[in-house]
Order: sequence, then C-alpha cells, then structure tokens
Amino acid sequence: MKVAEPAAVAVAYNEIKSRAESRWRELANGDKPVIMVGTATCGRAAGALQVLKTLRNEVKKHNLDCPVVEVGCMGHCHAEPIVMIKKPGYPFISYGYVNPVVAERLVKEFLLGDDPCLESVLGALEENDLVPSLADFPRAVYEKKIILQNCGQIDPTDIDHYVARDGYAALARVLQMPPDDDVINEVKKSGLRGRGGAGFPAGQKWHACRSTPPGPRYIICNGDEGDPGAFMDRAILESDPHSVIEGMIIAGYAIGASYGYIYVRAEYPLAVARLEIALRQARKLNLLGKNILGSGFSFHIRLFQGSGAFVCGEATALAASIEGKPGTPRPKPPRMTTEGLFGRPTVVNNVKTLAFVPPIIRNGAAWFTSIGTKDSPGTAVFALAGKIANTGLVEVPMGTTLRQVIFDVGGGIPKGKKFKAVQIGGPSGGCLPESALDLPIDFDSLQDAGAMMGSGGMVVLDEDDCMVEIARYFLEFTQRESCGKCTFCRLGTKQMLAILDDITLGQGKEGDIDTLLQLAEDVKLGSLCGLGKTAPNPVLTTLRYFKDEYEAHITEGRCPALMCRELIAYYILPDKCERSCDACVGTCTVEAITPNKKRIKVIDQEKCVKCNTCLVACPPQYNAVIKLSPPSEVPAAK
Amino acid sequence: MKTVSLTIDGRKIIAEEGTKLLWVALDNGIYIPNLCAIRSSPEPAAACRLCFVEVAGKEAPVTACTETVAEGMVVNTRGKKALRLARSAFELLMASHPVDCAGCPANRSCELQKISGHLKVKLKTKRLRTLLRELPIDDSHPLFTYDPNKCVLCGRCLWVCRQQLGIGVLGFAHRGFQRVVTTFADEPLGQSRCQECGDCIAVCPTGALSFKDSAKPAARAVKI
Repeated sequence: MKVAEPAAVAVAYNEIKSRAESRWRELANGDKPVIMVGTATCGRAAGALQVLKTLRNEVKKHNLDCPVVEVGCMGHCHAEPIVMIKKPGYPFISYGYVNPVVAERLVKEFLLGDDPCLESVLGALEENDLVPSLADFPRAVYEKKIILQNCGQIDPTDIDHYVARDGYAALARVLQMPPDDDVINEVKKSGLRGRGGAGFPAGQKWHACRSTPPGPRYIICNGDEGDPGAFMDRAILESDPHSVIEGMIIAGYAIGASYGYIYVRAEYPLAVARLEIALRQARKLNLLGKNILGSGFSFHIRLFQGSGAFVCGEATALAASIEGKPGTPRPKPPRMTTEGLFGRPTVVNNVKTLAFVPPIIRNGAAWFTSIGTKDSPGTAVFALAGKIANTGLVEVPMGTTLRQVIFDVGGGIPKGKKFKAVQIGGPSGGCLPESALDLPIDFDSLQDAGAMMGSGGMVVLDEDDCMVEIARYFLEFTQRESCGKCTFCRLGTKQMLAILDDITLGQGKEGDIDTLLQLAEDVKLGSLCGLGKTAPNPVLTTLRYFKDEYEAHITEGRCPALMCRELIAYYILPDKCERSCDACVGTCTVEAITPNKKRIKVIDQEKCVKCNTCLVACPPQYNAVIKLSPPSEVPAAK
Repeated sequence: MKTVSLTIDGRKIIAEEGTKLLWVALDNGIYIPNLCAIRSSPEPAAACRLCFVEVAGKEAPVTACTETVAEGMVVNTRGKKALRLARSAFELLMASHPVDCAGCPANRSCELQKISGHLKVKLKTKRLRTLLRELPIDDSHPLFTYDPNKCVLCGRCLWVCRQQLGIGVLGFAHRGFQRVVTTFADEPLGQSRCQECGDCIAVCPTGALSFKDSAKPAARAVKI
C-alpha cells in the first residue's frame, strides 16, 4: 500500500463536504418549506407510500415549491406513517398516524394556509413555543442517539445528506493516519463490543485479524438479522446505509483488507436497494473503490443477499454461504480471524458495530467510554415489540435499566394490563421476570440473569401471555431454523419442542419438566454452534422464573394465563349476561351459543371451538364472556 | 516428525503433533464413540456429538474429533460430564431411529449397537419421545437398499462418493429435522449415476445402506 498523502485526502474530502453542505443548506435552512416522509419498511407497512404519493400530487397540484423527501425510520414505529414538515416561520414539526386524508389537509391547511394541524402533531423536532417537542417526551430523558442519529433525519438515497452531517469525516481522518495500529488502538480504547449479541471486543477482533501473515483479508458486515421481532439492523441499513459503509471502509483500512462483503437478507429488499444506491454514490465520489480520496488505499464492497437462513447469521455459516456452500456452521477454532472467508483471515462485524465506528473515530475513544458502563461502553439499540405502548426503535446508554426502557421509553403496558416478562435477545435470549426489571442493560448483567443482550430484540409480555407457550414459540423458531448438522440441535430441540407441544396441549406428563431441563442443559453445552448453544435459553429462563406455570399445565391441566386453547373453556356469566342482547349468538362460528328459557346465553362446550369470537363480541358494558382454566371449572348446566 | 506426549485414561501416549485427539485415542486402542469422524477429511464435521471427552483444565467437555493433541494434555474419556453429553446425544439419535435389530441387515455389525454397549445406554430410550420420520425406502437399485429412516446423517457415504471417488451421487438436502441424505432431485438410486462400487455401503455405520442379498460387512471395511 502506498503511504497516504494526508493533504491530498483532506483537500478531496473538503471539496465533497462543502458541496454537500451547500446542498443541505439549500434544503434545510432555505426559505421554502420541506416535507419529509418516513419510508422505511415500518412506514411502508403502515401506508407511507400512499401518503408520499398524496403529498407529491398535492404539492404538484398547487404548484408549491416544496421538495418532498423520503427519509428513514425515526424510531417511533408505533406512530407510522410519520411526516415531518419544515415551514419557514414555524418549528420543524412531525406528524404521526398520517393517512392520505391527513396528508392532503397538511398541504392545504398548513402549507397553503396557516393552520399547523395541531391535532395530528406527534411532536416538534426542535424547542419552540407552539408545540411540545419530542425532546420533552419521557423517552427523551433516557434516549441517547449515536447510531440512530441520522435515521429519519436524512434521505438515505442521497450521499450529500450524510456527508453534510459529518459523514465520511471519520474516513477522511483515518486515511490521513499511517496504516498501522493507530485506528485499531482507538477502537480498542473505546471498548466497543460487538453488537451482534456476544459482545466480543471489536478492537481485539480487528487486532487478531491484522496480526495474521500478509495476504488477502476480508471484512464482512453481518446484516442477516433474523430474530423474530427484531428490526434494528434493517432500520439502520434502510435509514442510514452510509454509516455502515463508512464503518466498513475504516475497518478495512485498519485490518489491511481490500474487500468487504455486506451480507443482507434477501427478505430486506428495501435495505438491499438503498445499500446498492449508497454503494454506487460512494464509488462515484471516490469514497469507495480504487485509491480512495487519493490516499492510495483501495477498498471494494460487494453486496451479498442471504437466502433467509437464520443460521447464516453465525459467522462460519455466513462465510460458507458466501462461498456458495450450504450455510452450515463448522467447528471453531480455527477462528474466523485466522481462517475465515475463502480460508483467509476475516472480520465479521454486526451492522450496528460498524455503524459505531465513524462516531468513535470522529469524537474519540474517551467520548465513547464516557457513555454507558465501564465494561459495556456506548449505547444499546432495541427494537421494542410485543405488549408495549410505543413499539419502535430506541437507543439508550448501556446501564439503563429494563424498567426505564419498558415503562419510561416504551410507555409501559397498554390496556392497563400487568407486566409479566420481557423476552430479550430474541430466540437466543431469555425471558426475564419483574424481579429482573431493575437490572442495568449491559452484556454481562443480562447474561448472569440467564438472558443475553442479543442483537437487540425486546418483546414485552403481559399477564395474558402463557410462558410455556412463549418458550414453545421461540423454540419452534430455532428448531425450524436449525440447519440439522449436529445431533443436539437437530434432534434435541425437536424433542424439547415435542415436550412443550404436549404441555401446551394439556398432555404433559410427570417427569416432562425434568427431561426438558436435562435436554436443555445438554443442548446448550453440546451443540456445535451458537444457534444450538443458545436455543434452550427461552426454555431455561422460563423454567427458572415461571416453573409454577409449567407445573400448573401438567398437574392441574390449567393454563394460568388462559392462553393455551386446549386448557381453557369459554363461559358466559349468567349474572352479567343481558337478556336482550344476542351479540355472541350471531357471531359464534359454530352455533354453539343458544339462549336458555330466561334468555341467558349458554355455550355448548361440546360444540365450542374456542375461537374467542364471543368474548370479542360481548359488549364491554356486560363483559359476560370469560375464559376458565381448567375447562372443568365451567359450572354444570342446570 | 514432532511428537507430543499426553495421558488418556491414565495411559501415557506419544502422538504426532497436530493430530486430533480422537485418532490418537483410537489408534492406541482407546475407543471413543464416533460416527461422523473421517480421518482423511481436512476438517472434522463435528456433527454427531458423540466423542465428548474431558480434558484437564477445561471446564466443559470437548469433542475429541476437534481437539488437537497437546504436550502434557490429560484426557479422561469416561468423565461424568462427557458421558452425560455423549449418552444424551446417543439417546437423541436412537429416539429417531427405528429399532428393529432382528430384522435389520446391519444387525451385529451396526455401530449403534457397539456404541450402545460402550455407553451402556439401551437402544430403545424410555426417557425421550420416539420421533420417527417415516420416509420411503429406496429399493430401486438392484444391488442395495437405502433406508433413510435408519440414517444417522454421519456423512461418511457422501465423503467416499464425492471426495474419494469423485462421483457425488449422494448429498445432504433439507434442513433441521428434515435433513436427509439423498440424490440430486431425489432421483431413485437405481436411476442415478451410481457406479455400484459399494463403498458407501461399506462405510455406513448403520443399516441405512445395505446389500440386498448378503449380510452387511462391518463398517470401515473401506478406509476413509
């Protein structure tokens, strides 16, 4: 590698930067209004594309000079589609739950008229006297955005937006450093730990790879996010792809690699499309490719689309998949850093890990270690899902407690229900009960509690969730996603699932809990790869914290959460049932409900298929339909 | 040749540096149950999870097929933790293996019977549920039969067919519990490119691949 020419790099970067800044100023600080629409997958699922179309049509119809820009995910996924409007004379306002009708009004009333449509406001993006700002929300107290900083704020398909917000500044700085250990030392000092789940120190991994004999090395960005309920990597790739690309180039420079792969699931078509655009734009500006910014350093990135195997998120299986072989893991060692892709030293980093690299280089390791805890510096990104008021993406400093994330940031449990457990770390993680809520979130404390940080999925469960069923659900996932190579994962998870199936169907036997526990321990210890080793975690943690629920299923035939269909029965309370109401009779799918002589409705338990329709249909002022478990609780008909 | 000295089950053994523990033990007459290990393969599959042993200084049991011998290594092949894992893995295999030894051509040459004896685990497990796959038996070839239900997915037949003979009639297909050894597009073996060398039958540790008209020879008649 040619020695870098610091001056030339700085000149080349400044040229790109000043052009980007002038374009950004024109858009953001000009005197014309700007509309931004969040069109990441979460927004699209809620109908953002129709909103976008309506807004564009309206703007065109009224001949407004107002750019309509697509941006990524702001993290308030529960309020999608989100539209942000900056109109001169007004604060930067975001609107939630926008539909085409609201969109039309926003143009007519706000842009053409002077009514900021306060009834649709989500919050302002800056302090002002007109509308409460998002920074005043309870969640803002805890949130600290580092890698989500640009998400929802910039057009991910426009590299200038990223550059204008200090994008590629870290790369330019790194390229002016000598290609020795400086960059790695900075990352090491920052204490950055891998965000894929295991929390291995990134600097150490880079160092191990760099210390190998000279020859081709690779860097792989692991975007094979497959946990049910997790969408952090997707959101970042869709909303701020350049941050990941920049992190990768820096990593490449640090470890002496000239090729990198971004491994993304093919099920993330929008992420793939936006990455392709981002790569093209980076190449065009010579931020990627041969002789980057005249530094003499060349780096190329290829996009590889995985075919949707969960196990391909495991580094060795991922490498095998890129090589064109079946995506099955191999035993380690040799580690990836010594023998990885095509048998060459390879660093595999998660999307989020790489996205942390540019801010660390820009602000220094000391800044990064000042955030979070001593052993887990920085922030953690979580995808909040399940029984929580504000589903969405949050970024909080490590060390924040689970309670703060769920109740303050996430807004607690909806419908006044009671919190039961939080499933953290996806199918490899565990279910933690209320007593664990005050645990600080970091890599080590969660592990001690039996869960793991995982890549950031957080599914909140309330009193209506049966823990046996939850364990069964996650195990069914890992069992289905097992590659089948090793005995414990292929057959062990299948056996465990068979036991859990039986328990939830009311066919559990005495001794099942013991067998389940033994198998779970053996699968955890004996499996070949990380998927198998962590697959029993949901079972182990639910057995540890909610063993009474398992026992109730087996010994009493009772599902305490009234969730397992075979163990419950529907019953209409005669005192509450209204004589003149027939709501349940009409909706019952199998004609199992008939009025008795007093016109009180009675369910024929033989006919009932437990479809839940009557419970939904019974008007709230009566609430006469209830679930009972075990089914023998239903009083005999008189 | 550089050598290392180690202790297995109390016996001092001199072994070639870089060799995997499993082969050193087997070559010295110390049996460690194994199915998927292939000596000529550059890297172990480590799939069957039967060869667990305990190495002094390591908290968790390790698979002997992946563990390289080291100077001064002290190995216990009958440690409690290791045996628990090996037994558990074997029980799992047997819970999904139709046990009909009397009617099986591999009876008495079957490695599962041997491992059962060594680990002192019954062939029919009581602890686990019987989970059979009930796949169709491929009877199409004039010389041999393939019963995928009896297959333990060790991969030996694939190895001889592909790596040693360069034919590659057999391969793994599907994932998880559905994983199976089969031909391309599930073509019947009788219509496949099989050249009837019979090596796959010789290396098969169970009755999954067996000759139609003669008893099955002991596995490993062909060196792999």
